[in-house]
Amino acid sequence: MIKRMNGPAWFIVPYWSLFLIFIILPVIAAIYLSFTYFNAIQTPRFVGINNYIELITTDTVFMQYVLSNTLRFALIVGPFGYIMAFLLAWMLAQVPAVPRTILAIILYSPSLTMGVAMAAMWRIIFSGDANGYLNAILLSNNLILEPLQFLQSPEYLMTIMIVVSLWSSMGVGFLAMLAGVLNIDQTLYEAAYVDGLKNRTQEILYITLPSMKPQLLFGAVMAVVSTFQAGMIGVQLAGSNPTPQYAGQLIVNHIEDFGFIRYMMGYAAAVSVVLLIIVYAISKVTFKVLGDKS
Amino acid sequence: MKKRYSKFQGMKINPSRFHPSQIPFYSFLLPFSLLMLLPIIFIFNHAFKPIGELFAFPPRFFVRQPTFDNFVELARITSSSGVPFSRYIVNSLLVTIIGVTFSILITSLSAYGLSKLKFKGKKLLFEINTLALMFVPIAVQIPRYLIIARMGLIDTYLGHILPVVILPVAMFLLKQFIDQTPNELIESAKIDGASEMEIFFKIIFPIILPAIATVGILSFQVLWNDTSTSILYIDDESKRTLAFFMMSLTSLQGNTVAGQGMAAAASLIMFIPNLVLFIFLQSRVMNTMAHSGIK
Repeated sequence: MIKRMNGPAWFIVPYWSLFLIFIILPVIAAIYLSFTYFNAIQTPRFVGINNYIELITTDTVFMQYVLSNTLRFALIVGPFGYIMAFLLAWMLAQVPAVPRTILAIILYSPSLTMGVAMAAMWRIIFSGDANGYLNAILLSNNLILEPLQFLQSPEYLMTIMIVVSLWSSMGVGFLAMLAGVLNIDQTLYEAAYVDGLKNRTQEILYITLPSMKPQLLFGAVMAVVSTFQAGMIGVQLAGSNPTPQYAGQLIVNHIEDFGFIRYMMGYAAAVSVVLLIIVYAISKVTFKVLGDKS
Repeated sequence: MKKRYSKFQGMKINPSRFHPSQIPFYSFLLPFSLLMLLPIIFIFNHAFKPIGELFAFPPRFFVRQPTFDNFVELARITSSSGVPFSRYIVNSLLVTIIGVTFSILITSLSAYGLSKLKFKGKKLLFEINTLALMFVPIAVQIPRYLIIARMGLIDTYLGHILPVVILPVAMFLLKQFIDQTPNELIESAKIDGASEMEIFFKIIFPIILPAIATVGILSFQVLWNDTSTSILYIDDESKRTLAFFMMSLTSLQGNTVAGQGMAAAASLIMFIPNLVLFIFLQSRVMNTMAHSGIK
């Protein structure tokens, strides 16, 4: 039978039919549902752009907390994680293979847990009683007088979410950038130094970054996507959705809150569409910014 | 000129041995890596602490008398609906093994098709796939749920597998990797009368093993760590996976001190397979990543 499998369909159909069902169709369905009222029991009723109007005008939680939280979280975790990934990759490329491999595994390993599996551990470290590790350290050094409710208080939750997300952000994009730095043609550097390149900063700006632009773009897309995908971390840490005083509420949690807790699925779909547009727009802007530099 | 050149020698990328010029890099990388490693060292220690040390005040970072108590306890408890721990492990292994195999197969078939076969629309398909790199699955949970319910996949193992095996990143990496393989190999096999599928399995597949390993790791991570399919698509407790059980365990017991040890042990059980797999396959992954760029 294998002897007669020549047509492209044998290769294309399996992947792309599932792609259609689980990626394209859900996106189209989300767009459709976003224009309806749908409670998962009755058939969806068309309501025009009401959901979007409601989202902008009457959903105070979304406008006050969710949107600003999401942007704050994304604008810190995304760029910082990305720049950190590049700098670490660049530094790792300057040391021999064996220590580099060991260090790369250490830096990459937090991302293996995808945040969720480690939520339990963070909850132990940031536990709100005197037995919590961070509280115990602060108490024994007399930095605080009584234990702080790290995960339940709005002031700390967002900061902790950002730290935890940055910790686990050295993922596939980081590995791609490491491979990118390592694969730059050595002779480019030699030629550039002969031509009068003076220092490391110039080297990075004129040789390293332009030579690995494809990996930089790949890393950027990975950074944007994993930042938005990491949205469950706040709920995981605080142990409740909504998070205390909406302090850690991100768009992803808002979708879950309305879709699966309140069963307002049409409305939740509108929020999903907004999220997809935000991710797409940010990726495009990143492409523009990175593309212009060379 | 000569002076400059010798200065350059000290700054080499990918050096073969230690050189004093590397000290600044080490002096940042070593402490920083240690900081990143700290939470993982902590979880290793915490998982092996006996109950007395879990309660100790002030809490200690390192374990003094390691025991397997937490793991034994974990294996002994069953979920509230009476499903034993071993059942979750079997479910997870089943889902992960079938899912990873299936994902590798369909992803590599498609990547080969898009890279080496000639047909209309293949450029467009690849562009759609590159666009889908930006896809955030979590955003479309609701329509996905509706589709899965319509397909009758609720409470089936396929419900765990099918929604998550399509990984645009994996397809992207694999296609870029296959682009590097020489066409002459394929041409000469064609002259010998081999079909495309034979060429794929006998010639291409062995060459692209590093990229296959990468796809395997990526899909393993998704399948093994995924809790959303168990939450959304599975109501039958006996069909849920280890990741889900660990998560519900930690959110139920994570706040009590006695539960902390178990939660740490559970986290460790989830984490170790990821780590071991990556350590074994890391050189292949790095090899694949060299072709990861978006052009």
